[in-house]
Amino acid sequence: MKLSPQWIRDFVELRVDDRQLAEDLTAAGIAVEGISGQGANLVYEMEIGTNRPDAMNHYGVAREASAIYDVPLKPIEPKLPKVEGDANFAIEIEDIDGCPRFTARVIRNVSIKPSPARVVQRLALLDQRPINNAVDATNYTLWEMGKPTHVFDLDLLEGGKIVVRRARDGEKLKTLDGVERKLTAEDLVVADGVKPVGLAGTMGGYDTMITEKTRNILVESAWWDPVTVRKMARRHGLHTDASHRFERGADFESTVLSCDRVSELILQSGGGQLVGGPIDVVARHIDQAPVALRMSEVHRILGEGVDANQVVRILKRLGFDLVPEPGEEFEFTVRIPSWRLDVEREIDLIEEIARLHGYDKFANTLPAYSGAVVELPEAAKDSKLRSSLLALGYNEAVSLTFISHQDAEQFSAVPVIELENPLSEEASVMRTSLVPGMLNMLAYNLNRGNDDVRLFEAGSVFQADGPNALELKRVCLGATGSAVEPGVHQPPRTLSVFDLKGDVEALLHSFQCKSVSYDAQTVDYYHPGRSARAVMDGEMVAQFGQIHPDTAARWKVKQDVFIAELYVDRLYKHGLRKVWYEALPRYPAVERDFSFIFADSVVFEGIRKSVMGLGIAELRRFVPAEIFRGGSIPAGKYSLLLRATFQSQERTLREDEIARWSAQIIKTLEGVGGTLRAS
Amino acid sequence: MAYTVQKLKDYSPAALDKAAEKLLAALEKEAAEVKTEPDGKAFRDRWVARKNGVLTQINDLWLKAAPKDAKREVGQRVNELMGRVETRVTEVELQCRDLAILKKAREAGLDARIDEARRALELSDRLDITLPGIPRPLGAEHPVIKTMNEIVSVFRNLGYSVQEGPVIETDYYNFEALNFPPNHPARDTQDTLFIANQEATPLRERLLLRTHTSPVQIRTMEKMKPPIRIVIPGKVHRNDPPDASHSPMFHQIEGLAVDTNITFGDLKGTLDHAMKALFGSNVKTSFRPSFFPFTEPSAEMMVTCFICGGGGKRGAEPCRPCKQTGWIEILGCGMVDPNVFEFVKDKGYDPKKISGFAFGMGADRVALLKYGVDDIQLFFQGDVRFLRQFA
Ligand SMILES: [Zn+2]
Repeated sequence: MKLSPQWIRDFVELRVDDRQLAEDLTAAGIAVEGISGQGANLVYEMEIGTNRPDAMNHYGVAREASAIYDVPLKPIEPKLPKVEGDANFAIEIEDIDGCPRFTARVIRNVSIKPSPARVVQRLALLDQRPINNAVDATNYTLWEMGKPTHVFDLDLLEGGKIVVRRARDGEKLKTLDGVERKLTAEDLVVADGVKPVGLAGTMGGYDTMITEKTRNILVESAWWDPVTVRKMARRHGLHTDASHRFERGADFESTVLSCDRVSELILQSGGGQLVGGPIDVVARHIDQAPVALRMSEVHRILGEGVDANQVVRILKRLGFDLVPEPGEEFEFTVRIPSWRLDVEREIDLIEEIARLHGYDKFANTLPAYSGAVVELPEAAKDSKLRSSLLALGYNEAVSLTFISHQDAEQFSAVPVIELENPLSEEASVMRTSLVPGMLNMLAYNLNRGNDDVRLFEAGSVFQADGPNALELKRVCLGATGSAVEPGVHQPPRTLSVFDLKGDVEALLHSFQCKSVSYDAQTVDYYHPGRSARAVMDGEMVAQFGQIHPDTAARWKVKQDVFIAELYVDRLYKHGLRKVWYEALPRYPAVERDFSFIFADSVVFEGIRKSVMGLGIAELRRFVPAEIFRGGSIPAGKYSLLLRATFQSQERTLREDEIARWSAQIIKTLEGVGGTLRAS
Repeated sequence: MAYTVQKLKDYSPAALDKAAEKLLAALEKEAAEVKTEPDGKAFRDRWVARKNGVLTQINDLWLKAAPKDAKREVGQRVNELMGRVETRVTEVELQCRDLAILKKAREAGLDARIDEARRALELSDRLDITLPGIPRPLGAEHPVIKTMNEIVSVFRNLGYSVQEGPVIETDYYNFEALNFPPNHPARDTQDTLFIANQEATPLRERLLLRTHTSPVQIRTMEKMKPPIRIVIPGKVHRNDPPDASHSPMFHQIEGLAVDTNITFGDLKGTLDHAMKALFGSNVKTSFRPSFFPFTEPSAEMMVTCFICGGGGKRGAEPCRPCKQTGWIEILGCGMVDPNVFEFVKDKGYDPKKISGFAFGMGADRVALLKYGVDDIQLFFQGDVRFLRQFA
């Protein structure tokens, strides 16, 4: 919104220059965001808050300046000739809720022509296109004092009256923008005796507008209910200078003044005679209750920075009327000016005081506090997972929270939460899984030649739960490319599912549990032979593995891509692992290797379980040391070197004990289908 | 005939002297015979091996066998002998190493003295230490999360506890209880994303994506009595099509302090302190009026530009982040509007007795400014070339 400081100075004598004025207004909350032009053509680009329709015009800003500099504000006093006869025109307000007040004036024998240079030039400064002297008079008044008005060709109004009423279903109105609009009973219209001639507070009708042929004019200045105007403007997709102000609340007491100002401007430029006095119909009053203002409350909120004299001075300049109340406490009854519908409470007055006193003038203080910092229950777990992931070399990533219906279907089986007004079809559902976002990020990297990628994202997924929304915490890892950085010191190696498994194991290791086991029962976007679930104390807490080639193809990803999902909401049922020191071994450990051939159907987890099932307390570790397929090993079989570590906390182990345990292990391994190669 | 340890006939000093003399003579004789590294190892084993070495034998045959009254004397002698033997064994081993080095050097065609040979061999074992190390890359913190954590930690040090709340909120918490009445024009400024199929639900229960972290103010006041100091980091959403400075999802940090006698000066002082902790003690703050439905008075806080230091220029170049003004708008704040307290009055928040302030800032925006990033989309693409810069 543009305003001209020159025009502001019509109403207030200021000694500061335009740049200083801009700075001081901004500091008082009437923000000048930019300055353009020079001299008389200098204009401010203003940013006025939605709660301050009274300041969206030159007079309103002049009032602010008068309060800032403590100088008088000149009144607007239209000079109208002595009126002749009777206007002889009726205003009927049928909808009292929508239209509390409607003021009109009749001017006859006007010549419609271009506006005088001064009006044209001032409107042009504000990027307003001049139309004709009558229409420009309303526009000029709008920008001068903020009150929207309208002019009708009186001779095109049928029935000799204006009726403010709800539209009848099926009625039509062609508005000034040339659009033919179908009206409903929800629309509030200005009608003549026969038809609607304007959308209340929003836009006038095309068929009754001022043209070169117009001779007689009806000037309208009404006060419209903000909510009614807002709803109607929205319904018709209209946002006009008039609706913008009526929605936010216009000045109830300015209908006559603005009507007079428009009339004055028309008479000055187009001649003609004013017929009769203002036709001012007040259907109901807008109540603005006086507000009690206590200095004790001013000080409780603002501190001791302002005294009663300053308070009185500031508020009076803004148009408030202060009546001191008798009593021990400094207290006033404050009457609120009609243009300040935003001021209803004591705190609103306190804000006015702070604003014009200047925020930066209040001393900075630090409040005392006796409370303690309380940690969120999951903060330590979040922080442990995050620091582990960073240490494992995963880069922290954040992706958008929306996904497509298709992705929701592929990556989850839960009821989705849809958006009413999504940004696009691809972003129409709240994410039910972090996997599609992770695949997007991996593909984004691969498409840009970043072949080695490790990312993690910690965030919520969303699902419908009847009428409610559930938000569940998840962590997703994504990795592709090299497992070791290529270089001169070590041979290259691409990532495998076991790199990811090692990372998952490291992460799960932070949590207290009785057991963690892994099985291959993953969902179908994972490669069925290269993925696993981690089950902690009977509940699945993670799944991970290589992404299924069909899924990878959807993202046009050519290299193997690995994903791990941690179901953090389930994992966090477990506490962080509690450490209890175990005495360091004092007696030497003994290792024994067993080389076996197994059928492919025998898996390590089965082998391990059966050996651990022997219950040899001194067997501290039992791990696979080497795997070999092919060569002399028949197809469908593999050679496995297993390594057992025996150790006692109490004594050095004897040869005969170790021989006995080894024999037990061999027997067990043969029992699960193994053939001993050598030992 | 190789030396063997004999039992002592008696434990007189003379007998002990004689036995020791014999042992040391054997030690010297055998040491002189050592020529190669394997010889050296055999020498060590013979003299100091735990199992049946000469030292173990004198311990068993002399000390353990000694009568009680002679134990002290024998013990001292044995200890002394052990020390001397171990020293000699170490010397012999070092000689062996030198011999090995000289042998290697001769094999390499060098006829040199021991110190030169040693240096020559060290040089030939040399690695090009200017080659890069084997990388063990750490993951990089996301710049926005990192920024958010830094801001949270500043307020934690001021006694603020972290609180969180849902991303999918009700109209009540996102708007109504924050003093955005139904049909209020201030709602338009929020560009809200709504959840579908809510027509049958009463307005205040309708779900939407929270447009700010402020709903957590209400949720926290509902469950905690004053005084409170909380800081609320989290994701928020608006219907803003993505471009270089907008994203439909971004991050906010909200703060709230409520107590008796909290003033506008406390708001200013707290935020001034926090900005100095975040951006350096030279930073200045300035407040100007603004409008938020849930605070009154409301303010916009600016800090002196931490890029150009407030001068508006970087060298000869105009400073872009502050548009040459020397100031950066960084957060919105204000005194909690009494209407907000009315919604939680029965939880101990009587606006006549308590007061408070609230503030909120965009973490993404702070991160953009702090790291000179010119496109907010970079934060949400996961491009490792970008992310690794923050490692
Ligand atoms: Zn700057």
